[in-house]
Amino acid sequence: MLENLLVQGLSGLASASSLFLVASGLTVIFGVTRIVNFAHGSLYMLGAYLAWTLVTSLPRGHLGFWGGVAMAALIVGCVGVLIEVLLLRRIYKAPELFQLLATFGVVLIVQDLALLSWGPQDLLGPRAPGLRGATEILGIRFPLYELFLICVGPVVLALLWLLFNRTRWGTLVRAATADREMVGALGVNQRMLFTTVFFLGSVLAGLGGALQIPRESVNLQMDLAVISEAFVVVVVGGLGSLPGAFLAALLIGELQAFGILIFPRITLVLAFLVMAVVLVIRPHGLLGRAPSTAHGATAIEPPYPPPSPWVRRIGAAALALAVIVPPFLGDYALIVFTEIAIMVLFAASLHFIMGPGGMASFGHAAYFGFGAYGAALLLRHFGAPMEMGLLAAPFAAGLGGFVFGFFCVRLSGVYAAMLTLAFAQIAWSTAFQWVELTGGDNGILGVWPSPWAQSKLAYYYLALTLCAAATLLLRRAIFAPFGYALRAGRDSPLRAEAIGIDGFRIRWFAFVLAAVAAGIAGGLFAYAKGSVFPTYMSISRSVDALLMVLLGGVRTVSGPILGALAYTWLHEQLMRAFDLWRLFLGTIILALVLFFPQGLAGALQRGERRS
Amino acid sequence: MTLEVRDLHKSFGGVRAVSGVSLSVAAGELLALIGPNGAGKSTCFNMLNGQLRPDRGSVRLRGQEITGLAPRRIWRMGVGRTFQITATFASMSVLENVQMALLSHARRLFHIWNPVAKEDPSRALALLDRVGMSAQAARPCGVLAYGDLKRVELAIALANDPALLLMDEPTAGMAPAERVALMELTAHIAREGGIAVLFTEHDMDVVFAHADRLLVLDRGRPIAEGIPSEVRRDPRVREVYLGTGATHGYT
Ligand SMILES: Nc1ncnc2c1ncn2[C@@H]1O[C@H](COP(=O)(O)OP(=O)(O)OP(=O)(O)O)[C@@H](O)[C@H]1O
Ligand SMILES: [Mg+2]
Repeated sequence: MLENLLVQGLSGLASASSLFLVASGLTVIFGVTRIVNFAHGSLYMLGAYLAWTLVTSLPRGHLGFWGGVAMAALIVGCVGVLIEVLLLRRIYKAPELFQLLATFGVVLIVQDLALLSWGPQDLLGPRAPGLRGATEILGIRFPLYELFLICVGPVVLALLWLLFNRTRWGTLVRAATADREMVGALGVNQRMLFTTVFFLGSVLAGLGGALQIPRESVNLQMDLAVISEAFVVVVVGGLGSLPGAFLAALLIGELQAFGILIFPRITLVLAFLVMAVVLVIRPHGLLGRAPSTAHGATAIEPPYPPPSPWVRRIGAAALALAVIVPPFLGDYALIVFTEIAIMVLFAASLHFIMGPGGMASFGHAAYFGFGAYGAALLLRHFGAPMEMGLLAAPFAAGLGGFVFGFFCVRLSGVYAAMLTLAFAQIAWSTAFQWVELTGGDNGILGVWPSPWAQSKLAYYYLALTLCAAATLLLRRAIFAPFGYALRAGRDSPLRAEAIGIDGFRIRWFAFVLAAVAAGIAGGLFAYAKGSVFPTYMSISRSVDALLMVLLGGVRTVSGPILGALAYTWLHEQLMRAFDLWRLFLGTIILALVLFFPQGLAGALQRGERRS
Repeated sequence: MTLEVRDLHKSFGGVRAVSGVSLSVAAGELLALIGPNGAGKSTCFNMLNGQLRPDRGSVRLRGQEITGLAPRRIWRMGVGRTFQITATFASMSVLENVQMALLSHARRLFHIWNPVAKEDPSRALALLDRVGMSAQAARPCGVLAYGDLKRVELAIALANDPALLLMDEPTAGMAPAERVALMELTAHIAREGGIAVLFTEHDMDVVFAHADRLLVLDRGRPIAEGIPSEVRRDPRVREVYLGTGATHGYT
């Protein structure tokens, strides 16, 4: 028994080391550039693939293996520099969400490039020379390579400490991490600093990936798997804090090692649960500090102009078309139309908290999923009809928003985004692992509409009615006192509080409203597809919603509607026409971030003003 | 007494920002809080309206203890304030800024159906008219000149018929003629409506022309108090403040 615990503890340490390698790079990059780099997981994956290629093609032996690993890490470092110079350098001043999204675009592109270069199958790497065997600890065999990994973490931490405390460059990095204004004062050096920091962080990610090849197979899912764990570690430790990342990596590594023994059913939730608890108790992580400059003092938001007569006319015409045309369409087109109607509501609900509320949500799919599961679970366990399911959907989502929102709306910026992500991952893993209730990965099937709504046309009209009504309600709320109060809290929390506005309650209620709306969309989606899966709550669905809002333009009220139309249509076309749709989508995201930061509606508005 | 403050203390880390400030302001009276930069004037204001919790001391509004309440609660009890660095809603028009205060006063913030644009603007316009900003009612606050923003803040602060006005450097960023006009207006409104006014100001012309009484702070401590002519002659005040060249203009 005791031996068992020891072995478990040791493997926990080994995972902690690997986690730390990835997380340290992420946290150093964040500390200096303030960018939350989603693509860090992709760099890790690239490191593993490159190491696999190099090690298997170089001559066997120490030089071949370790040389291959080191070369892989350095190449990844150069890729990181490329990303920094070509992309990130242009968007350091953009809102956080845009940066997050841009790096997500890189994730998509790297996924397809890796697929092209290495194929879809898992690759098994060679063992490390000299560390192939196992050693006996208390009579139990323990792999040597794991012991080696256990040492790597502290050694890297020590080396980084020396680098940051004993070199001039390190002093600059620490100064820039501690004080934002400091970076501006660096002048010319700033570019060099950012690029070199990115190089270091990328090397660490690449090294982390490369060192995994003797341990586990290399595959295309590594990137997102590792990035979500690395996020947890970095956020729990405190963004920008190296010792924090080390501490958090130990905590998470051990928790997962022992979690498997104690709660085998909730291993996936565990890490995110820890993150949620830490953020609720210590909003800036274990060793993190509150940002030195005021968070709220960002760019001045433009006013929401009331819709011009033209916009009204176009909107009315679009709605009229959406009502008149469908009877002449085939089933496939009706399915796409239904999905578009649902996505318009989903995007509008996210925009409600992002635009007027100024809150970044990276986990909005949770409420979409609550809606879908609310309806499907009622059907599965009580045989409830569609009408009841569609009532339960907003209720379940609203309840989820009520509980999660209570914690999320207290934070701001990246931390708020990360907490919403953590809650969404908790919801996702619950759906995934609680098989008795939710059917796990197999989902819940047979979620069909009532007989009267079974034809595609009838269901489309049902979806259109509910979605249009809910979207219009959200729009009204934006222009009503409530929406103004929400914007007041975003524009100037100080003034809002000084005229009696309780920002917390306002934002909380907005969060619940948005969740309810997303829940309606989710419920409708469940009956449209006839099934419900955990993927309804996945990160990529949250990103879909973000893309729709940002594509349309977060600073306009009609933006999300336009964005949802464009995105759903585009997504559908890309998926049908190309195998490499991720590559295209990623490229589109980058183009959007670099050239249309105001989104489609923003671009149109500018055009209208000019003419 | 509208406002009674007893022995207020506040430190930030090792810095004693405010130590042992007591003051009182009667209805219709203007009390000026003056002192060099960093004397603790804004910190005092922040404790009076609830933004900061005092380490020690008590604040009473019309006899009622308000120490430690949230700013929004204190506002509802009748305390309006303007900020040293103006704080308005940049994405809203001047009129809407004032309307927000009125809507909040009427406890209608959670209404999600009727548009703000359909609200009756007459009360907000009347308030803007008083501070001379009604001509600019439709402009977004984000594009206003600094002096105009200060006026808008005054209109917002007057929206809930306050018993006490806290004005942190109300005329900073204005031309000299404007300053005198705005303070005249403030004094007029205060006397007419029986509003107690506590204000800070670096322009001594404005202070000596309009304050009924003065309280001088230096490094958190009160060093003199009294009517303008007395304070002007006080040797310590001359030494730490008036003699330093801060007599005119904004430092
Ligand atoms: N939030 C804070 N944290 C730490 N120190 C603070 C804080 N607010 C004020 N201080 C310090 O308290 C002291 C008093 O500051 P305060 O802003 O009250 O001065 P002031 O009299 O308003 O000056 P000014 O005329 O420049 O507006 C200063 O030394 C200031 O640095
Ligand atoms: Mg001040």
